[in-house]
Amino acid sequence: MPRLIKQGQITSDAWLPPVADAATAPDPHLPNLSQWLSLADKSGSAVQLEPGDGIAELLPALDAIELVAVNFPLFTDGRGFSYARDLREHGYRGELRAVGAFLPDQMHYLRRCGFDAFQFNDESRLEEGLRQLDIFSEHYQGAMDEPRPLFRRRS
Amino acid sequence: MYQYDQYDQRIVDERVAQFRDQTRRYLSGQLSDAEFLPLRLQNGLYVQRLAPMLRIAVPYGLLSSAQLRKLAHIARHYDKGYAHVSTRQNIQLNWPQLEEVPDILAELASVQMHAIQTSGNCIRNTTTDQFAGVAADELEDPRPWCEIIRQWSTLHPEFAFLPRKFKIAVCASEQDRAAIHAHDIGIELLADGAGGHGFKILAGGGLGRTPVIGSVVCEWVDRQHLLTYLEAILRVYNQHGRRDNKYKARIKILVKAMGVEAFREAVEREWAALKDGPSTLTDEEIERAKSFFTTPPYARLDAAATGAALGERCAADPIFGNWVARNTTAHRTPGYRAVTISLKATGVAPGDITDRQLELLADLADNFSFGELRTTHQQNMVLADVEETALYALWQQLQGAGLATPNIGYITDVICCPGGDYCSLANAKSIPVAEAIQARFEDLDYLYDLGPIELNISGCMNACGHHHIGHIGILGVDKKGAEFYQISLGGSQSKEAAIGKILGPSFSQEDVPDVVEKLLDTYVNLRQEEETFLQTFNRVGIEPFKERVYAKTH
Repeated sequence: MPRLIKQGQITSDAWLPPVADAATAPDPHLPNLSQWLSLADKSGSAVQLEPGDGIAELLPALDAIELVAVNFPLFTDGRGFSYARDLREHGYRGELRAVGAFLPDQMHYLRRCGFDAFQFNDESRLEEGLRQLDIFSEHYQGAMDEPRPLFRRRS
Repeated sequence: MYQYDQYDQRIVDERVAQFRDQTRRYLSGQLSDAEFLPLRLQNGLYVQRLAPMLRIAVPYGLLSSAQLRKLAHIARHYDKGYAHVSTRQNIQLNWPQLEEVPDILAELASVQMHAIQTSGNCIRNTTTDQFAGVAADELEDPRPWCEIIRQWSTLHPEFAFLPRKFKIAVCASEQDRAAIHAHDIGIELLADGAGGHGFKILAGGGLGRTPVIGSVVCEWVDRQHLLTYLEAILRVYNQHGRRDNKYKARIKILVKAMGVEAFREAVEREWAALKDGPSTLTDEEIERAKSFFTTPPYARLDAAATGAALGERCAADPIFGNWVARNTTAHRTPGYRAVTISLKATGVAPGDITDRQLELLADLADNFSFGELRTTHQQNMVLADVEETALYALWQQLQGAGLATPNIGYITDVICCPGGDYCSLANAKSIPVAEAIQARFEDLDYLYDLGPIELNISGCMNACGHHHIGHIGILGVDKKGAEFYQISLGGSQSKEAAIGKILGPSFSQEDVPDVVEKLLDTYVNLRQEEETFLQTFNRVGIEPFKERVYAKTH
């Protein structure tokens, strides 16, 4: 089973990447956005977003979704950072998983944007990723981990 | 100026540790070239033609004497004894060793400096007026706002991997000395007429391959909403800016593609969710930021007497008088002037400064200007608070160090990128072109007769020399492997901002000074009374210049 970081620990689960050319996602593959949209019952559902998908179509079902995976096919494409933040700010409470080619060096920013699970394409990076999860102990801006910017907390 | 507290210091210290670790992992093969690239760029480190180039952040151009001494030490110890002032008011080193960059960053952190986000596809150093706090035409000091934006943008978790670089400038005066129309976001501080201030927000300006003048996205944003409004713009850009073509990835392309109306609506939608949230600025924070930029303890001077004494000195020593006329600026405090130190002596690459000159300027800042100095986006430096009676002593010391070239605002005050001598992006060299032009116009009487002329040189389309907004712009182009130069006229970075018009086919390097001379002859023949080059150009258009330059010789 693929390994990932969740709740600050290395663990594993059964989810596999989406299969693009299927009408419905074969178990245990994550549905892509169009496969997910065709689900009649979205309660307890999971979905994987790609860069460009946006989050608008998820909004009506946010309370029903259990897992949103956001793919980073290129670590330099930062759209997923805004997707995460936007989802959390719209009240999404389920698991938010970064998947793909992101770097351990991006873990901290990803976590601050609201991701709580991290699945590298390259599993050998899990330990390094874990090490970098909290590489900064202080921040200027508010984010999902601490909504108050430093200027509301300085003493 | 702004002083770090324990929080600011911890953030830059942790950044140094992070980069030390990243450098180690890169050198040991745990990070590939492609992976290390954006990580090092976000710490200002380029790998260039001859060596790495390190760009050090100078937030809104303000430096203390202690920081100048540290920069001198770094230039001497880690580099070849000189540094370069960039067109974003930053300081660049041309020859650091990759392995030593973490140590350089640690040295910088010890004087509250860093290289965070001086490059890469992220929010860059916020720039403003080099005469902030002393300009007579200022509504309010823009630097507290720049500092507020600096803190918000520093290590912002959401906006570190944008489609492309992102530059913000703030203007708080009648005259725009920050070129806000040529920035991804331009912020103009405005008064509400009842003693309060707010901001006009422009977006989508920029130079580069497709120069565009910024559009007004919002006519008025209340001051407490500044950060949430900026955040809304960035979020729209991060999600919708193009990522398929780096030449179409700047926000200016997005604003054009959407149309400013639709762009504004998208920003307003995002803003609705952020407005009044925790990032809304508090009065306490605004006051805290302002508390670092208070009026220094000026002497109470009899301006009539100091002015008269200065006038006598100038008359007695015309060379000094000439420097005062060209390189000093009116100050709002009686008996003081702001001094611009020219880094444009002929024979020195524009914006270059040696370690010893940096140390001298640190001493001069301590002795004459409350220990502070500014860098300008015209690649010069400013001592902002000098007593008129001290100008002569200051000038003598500057002259002894080759820092008293009296050419501020004239054609030899060339704005110029490092070009093909250093930069791996460049199509052509720019420094030798600048030098040839400076040599051609060395005669001061002729120089002053030509009046104020901004001449900008970029070695490639990336336009680091801001050639589009030069009254005369020179762009290095590659023609079948040879270096050529395209010339444009009529650009302007004022509030009446304009993009220069291309004159015609490009020229070889050795022809450029002749062409510039012909352009200026044309201006001198056509000008009426006190018209400047730009005014004449705007009246007569490009044709007379074209005819003269491309006339067939019989």
